[in-house]
Amino acid sequence: MTYPEKEELIDLPPKVNDFCMTVCTVNGSGSATSNNVLYHALFHMGIPTSGKNIFPSNIKGLPTWFVIRVSEKGYLGRVPYDDILVAMNPETFLDDLTYLPEGGVIFYADHIRLPENPRSDLIFYPMPIRRLVKEAEVPRNLREYMENMAYVGIVGQVLGINMESILYALKRHFGNKATALETNLKMVQTGYDWAAENIIKRDRYSVKQLPPMKDCILTDGNNAAALGSLFGGVEFCAWYPITPASSLVESMIEHNPKLRKDPVTGKNTCVILQVEDELAAAGCAIGAGWAGLRAMTATSGPGLSLMTENVGLAYFTETPIVIWDVQRVGPSTGLPTRTAQGDLTFVYFLGHGDINHIILMPGSVNECFEFGWKALDLAEHYQTPIFVLSDLDLGMNQWITTKFEYPDRPIDRGKILWEEDLERFSGQWGRYKDIDGDGIPYRTVMGNQNPAAAYFTRGTGHNEYGNYSEDPVNWAKMIRRIKKKLMNMCEVLPAPILHTKPNAKIGIIGWGSTDPTLIEAQDMLEQAGVPVDYLRIRALPTCKTVCDFIGAHDHTYVLELNRDGQLCSILKLEVSECAEKLSSITDIGGLPMTALWATEQVLAKEMERNG
Amino acid sequence: MDNTQTQKVERNLIGLSPVDYKGKPSTLCPGCGHNTIANQIQAALYELGVVPEMVAKFSGIGCSSKSPNYFLDRSFGFNGVHGRMPTLATGACFADRRIKLIGISGDGDSASIGMGHFKHVIRRNIPMLYIIENNGVYGLTKGQFSATSDLGLELRHQGKNYLPPLDLCLEALISGAKFVARAFAGDVKQMRELFKAAFIHDGIAVIDVISPCVTFNNQDNALQSYTWGREHESPIQDITFIPKAQEIIVEDFEEGTYREIKLHDGSTLLLKKIDKDYDPTSKTAALDLLTESYEKRYLTTGLFYIEKAEQSIFDIFDLGKEPLNRLPAERIRPDQAALERINAALE
Repeated sequence: MTYPEKEELIDLPPKVNDFCMTVCTVNGSGSATSNNVLYHALFHMGIPTSGKNIFPSNIKGLPTWFVIRVSEKGYLGRVPYDDILVAMNPETFLDDLTYLPEGGVIFYADHIRLPENPRSDLIFYPMPIRRLVKEAEVPRNLREYMENMAYVGIVGQVLGINMESILYALKRHFGNKATALETNLKMVQTGYDWAAENIIKRDRYSVKQLPPMKDCILTDGNNAAALGSLFGGVEFCAWYPITPASSLVESMIEHNPKLRKDPVTGKNTCVILQVEDELAAAGCAIGAGWAGLRAMTATSGPGLSLMTENVGLAYFTETPIVIWDVQRVGPSTGLPTRTAQGDLTFVYFLGHGDINHIILMPGSVNECFEFGWKALDLAEHYQTPIFVLSDLDLGMNQWITTKFEYPDRPIDRGKILWEEDLERFSGQWGRYKDIDGDGIPYRTVMGNQNPAAAYFTRGTGHNEYGNYSEDPVNWAKMIRRIKKKLMNMCEVLPAPILHTKPNAKIGIIGWGSTDPTLIEAQDMLEQAGVPVDYLRIRALPTCKTVCDFIGAHDHTYVLELNRDGQLCSILKLEVSECAEKLSSITDIGGLPMTALWATEQVLAKEMERNG
Repeated sequence: MDNTQTQKVERNLIGLSPVDYKGKPSTLCPGCGHNTIANQIQAALYELGVVPEMVAKFSGIGCSSKSPNYFLDRSFGFNGVHGRMPTLATGACFADRRIKLIGISGDGDSASIGMGHFKHVIRRNIPMLYIIENNGVYGLTKGQFSATSDLGLELRHQGKNYLPPLDLCLEALISGAKFVARAFAGDVKQMRELFKAAFIHDGIAVIDVISPCVTFNNQDNALQSYTWGREHESPIQDITFIPKAQEIIVEDFEEGTYREIKLHDGSTLLLKKIDKDYDPTSKTAALDLLTESYEKRYLTTGLFYIEKAEQSIFDIFDLGKEPLNRLPAERIRPDQAALERINAALE
């Protein structure tokens, strides 16, 4: 078959280490392994790369896309187009084609029928996938999976991915499973060899080996959060499965036996318990936190809705727990496999009555690790629930990140009194007494044998000794002290990260997984003649740096992945004197924000503002 | 000279007096069955010689859930939210496995809002004495039907109950509980002996205590009333608990009419059979008995079922004997080399 390729396509300038490739498959076909091999191989070649899995809420048979962005400049956010398509799914083929620009490339399984008049500004490479699978003598039951391995070889050869790097990636994936490694390698090699002999390269895209990325690792945010928690000395985690939080706890289950055997006895020091629902997950974590274990749970929006009453209990009884919310799209069941930043206001005020919470907002995989251990310290130090808001994009996608750094401070257990400590208080200890004037009381935990240690914890009104009280003055005093305790935290929480540009008069603010997108947008805005300073907020409540930033700029745009601009609303409340200097830019739809979109939005708003 | 010092104070095996087991003064209605239960918990633990600091109390919401405040002031207590008591206890038990837990719940707490947790805490076999103070009515909200209210019960603001009651002993049995009993708050001796045995039992022990509500559900024809209970209570055994330290004196029991059950710590439960041939180690016998008494509206009390668990939840998680909540930082934070290995594997 011949293709109506325009001849001038061959003259397009080459694009090296700078393109976006999407692999279109169906879920359950084993494509995740193939895509990760491609992605890891690129990482091994020292090329900054991001990989995003856009997948359905389904086990098998629905379309799924894996997007690999290659960027020598290190831009790792999503882009709204594809340069290269690997088409394995006939169902979505025609639609997938529309995302390609002029000169775009399609690798397609040759059992997919082409449209009658294919675009003449694209380059088509048919792949005889099924024939190659046969030639590689793959066992019948593995053929479907191997089809995906075949394209790894073909695409790798045409783009210039080293076979050595592919082998590295395969080894990393299959570990010690020699037979699996051998079968997969044979399939990749068959595809690679076939492409070398049969494909005449006519497109502009290729990769080139770069020096290894120093001190970088490749993993997902949920794995990092799990490891951070285990290195933070978490001793109890209760959970209930939910996308996209499940893999966080599953990573804990995987690493726990290797990391958390007691060096003295060889026994386990971390209990991970799957329970009947999220009410129980929160309840169990609270029981453990109350009894002196470093306790956590991980969930997503619907689970958090169920945990709400218990969160109020933890807040008011001043029980330390850490809750990871790996956000997905809501309300309701929403889009369970897509990303959003829509839980911020919900979490900030989670619970009825006079309540507010501390939120940590990691913006990179490395920060998921760091906040994993820090959250446990903060929870125990301040005796309150600590929320960590990740999201599906950060939690479940693979990212290049700097190596995890060992905690730079000892574990902080906060103000726990054991038998001998209580002697110092000579009978004057009360569970909710603010002895130090910092709003943080001292606590005893179950098992303390001092006869003065025990107290009765209750979610009802209580006085400084934990005894039941309906006294109005006492109630107000308790509620105000808890607020004071939390407000004292503002300046010790992770500080915002500032990226400046020369002569910037306006600011942009973001949080969480949009970080790579906003870094890129900042450069694009500078090129467009609108330099902006970018501040990434990493915790709430707001600290002084944020107030100063907003005050120091003519105008500030808050960009986030929710409908109503939740962070912007919170900032307007907390930095009310500057409220008129804030505008909201929001993106919903379940996909990560793109820098192009963010740039256009800021430019349009700026034109509007300047008349 | 102070007279009180010369008075002889009653002491138990570990030298504590009954006062050491007391709680705050009760604020429940005078005559409430729950007060009797609190008193018998104190008596049972006093007689067993339990160190109060080695016990922790848990409860949810409702009249029942207030009662842990009225016994064992020297034990830690956690009164959480409605129906979720078993979850608090589950999390807490891992902190210090030497501590024995007592969960106090009600029929609203366990049979309605918290039924899922009730069944799952049994499934996990968390080592606790789980007492349901069952009065068949919502008291604290002033008299609504509960899921254990008798069919046809009439209440002032509710009219007639058209739904059949749940039997929590049956629910416990089919969820896998290995110690299931029912007591009647008006029969203090049997209740106390059951509490002692249940407290010693290794694993979860569920005791459904029929505890009449004197304010909202004590009509003579109500299943959970004193009158109905006294007239229709049918104990299956006369129970005597003998701590391991004491010798068994069997003269009181006629040969062949008692059954001896060894508990894991070596203490003994003597069951004098009233109901001929009832075997509390047979689950099917327990299910038959409970089904029959449910159908005939009889308040059968006694130990329905007892079995030794194969392994504890702590064995399943391979935990050490030392309290987890006392492990120093260096035993819960992996070393730097471990992190370097992790980083290397992700390169």
